[in-house]
Amino acid sequence: MRIRAIIKRIVQQFLRDKRSIALMMVAPLLVMTLLWLVLDLDQYEPTIAVTDVPEQMQDLLEEQDATIIEMSPNEAEEALGDKEVDAHLTWKKDQVELTMEGSDSTATSAVQQVLNQTSKQLNPNSLNMEVNFLHGSTDLNLFDNVGPVLIGFFVFFFVFIIGGVSFLRERTQGTLERLLATPLRRWEIVVGYLSGFGIFILLQSIVIAVYSIYVLDIYMEGSFWAVLLITFLLAITALSLATLLSAYAKNEFQMFQFIPVVIVPQVFFSGIFHIESVGWLDAIGKIMPLTYGADALKEIMIRGQELSAVLGDIGILVGFSLVFILLNILALKQHRKL
Amino acid sequence: MSSFITLNSIQQSFKDETVIKNVDLAIPQGQLFGLLGPSGSGKTTLVKIIIGLLNPTKGTVHIDNQKMPSLKLMQEIGYMAQSDALYSELTAKENLYFFASIYGIPKKQQKQRVQEVAEIVDLTAHLDKTLEHYSGGMKRRMSLAVALLHQPKLLILDEPTVGIDPVLRASIWQDLKKLQKQGTTIIVTTHVMDEAEKCDNLAMLRDGYVIAQGSPDQLIEKSRTGTLEEAFLQYGKSNHH
Ligand SMILES: Nc1ncnc2c1ncn2[C@@H]1O[C@H](COP(=O)(O)OP(=O)(O)OP(=O)(O)O)[C@@H](O)[C@H]1O
Ligand SMILES: [Mg+2]
Repeated sequence: MRIRAIIKRIVQQFLRDKRSIALMMVAPLLVMTLLWLVLDLDQYEPTIAVTDVPEQMQDLLEEQDATIIEMSPNEAEEALGDKEVDAHLTWKKDQVELTMEGSDSTATSAVQQVLNQTSKQLNPNSLNMEVNFLHGSTDLNLFDNVGPVLIGFFVFFFVFIIGGVSFLRERTQGTLERLLATPLRRWEIVVGYLSGFGIFILLQSIVIAVYSIYVLDIYMEGSFWAVLLITFLLAITALSLATLLSAYAKNEFQMFQFIPVVIVPQVFFSGIFHIESVGWLDAIGKIMPLTYGADALKEIMIRGQELSAVLGDIGILVGFSLVFILLNILALKQHRKL
Repeated sequence: MSSFITLNSIQQSFKDETVIKNVDLAIPQGQLFGLLGPSGSGKTTLVKIIIGLLNPTKGTVHIDNQKMPSLKLMQEIGYMAQSDALYSELTAKENLYFFASIYGIPKKQQKQRVQEVAEIVDLTAHLDKTLEHYSGGMKRRMSLAVALLHQPKLLILDEPTVGIDPVLRASIWQDLKKLQKQGTTIIVTTHVMDEAEKCDNLAMLRDGYVIAQGSPDQLIEKSRTGTLEEAFLQYGKSNHH
């Protein structure tokens, strides 16, 4: 009954705070949408200046979706300098010369891709390969690829901010100490708090998962419920970590100082970049909850795995949460020994 | 009368500063006990030690023959903190019902208790306002109402009447006296002399020491002065530790 009273109070408080609800429910969607717009774009189509290139070759290049402009060497040099073209192709007697603009790696690799394809067609005897995909497809773009990590990250980030600040406010306005002057046990306070917030976290997880999968149409092979479970576990971990760290912050500003230290690094180590080759970097990733959440989400969403295949990740996330919750209960000892 | 609350050589240090120095107190059951002292003398610290929110560096607190902190005793204590610890987003009513549930008051009695304490602090007309829109004095009264909710055997009130007008202050003191008659033990901290005079017994606190203890009349008599204020100054002078 006492835990229920705490839950009820948190719900009442939260419902009065419309802005925090918006931050928790709408802000992640907004950011996901912006990233989707940026990352889900069609492939870059390069512009190539050509000098003395045979007609037949030009046609082949255009078939690869490159824009071809004939120029004199001088014109081409100028155009490269002004970034009007991405590369300059010159046909000499027995040699082909290519000059890249080179400052934009996306453009550079797009030019290379076009030339590779063209040379394959010029030389039909070269290796004829049929490519099959075990998971995903050629259509899997950057957004589909990093989407699972981003879902995990934004859940973690927004829960951390809101959960941390509201528990901090309990400390600064003295209500936490006031509760410890009642017969409430320390674990009842922590459990009541996490459960009350848990309701909103669950809602947030649903909103983010539904929006990403059904509205943004992110690549999704596995089960929706599995995705929901992982995001929820990740959110609980973030919440228990945030309430714990709030014990070491004097005000909201100090709470925000944890973001660059505790939250942002997690995104670098959680599978957007390939860091397996550097042992110590990989080791840092291993102590970060997001690594496991993101891994499980990728397994489910991209590789279509069942929950049974990510039991290890689930176990570690539950472990993180339990440890943080226990530490929370211990941290309250600074107010009351019992 | 055997004592209800016993403090045994309590000492409290923060880092290298000692703010409560070797305090012994014995408070009998049913007494209205005042802790009188200037700002910074250690009243709040001492009160927090008594209720168990601070773990003293040295010494022990016993209430009703049980060592503090004790969860069972927490149920018997009503506490009003010096700074109002209330949920400002919630209405007064929601705050009261919340604490009523925390203290385990049965659902059926909650409504009646909420009305009773609201009447004592004269907030019946404002129960549906959120506390953000309460004035300072109204919040003080709300804190007192919360402390009274579960009809505790022991009331610990840290400067309960600061910011409350004289008329309401008099009526609150009347209510405290009434509770005392019903058997409630009350500890009040104050730095106002005319409030101290209303207590059965007083401990005068200065720089963490109890410089004098006794009933207001005894204290005035022993110091050979005319008023409590003069007595306080007199004891302060003669106690150079
Ligand atoms: N957590 C703390 N850390 C360090 N010093 C503290 C702490 N709490 C209290 N003090 C110090 O203890 C002394 C007594 O403080 P306390 O709050 O008990 O005074 P008080 O008698 O209640 O004063 P007031 O009438 O102004 O409320 C002060 O010098 C204060 O600075
Ligand atoms: Mg004080």
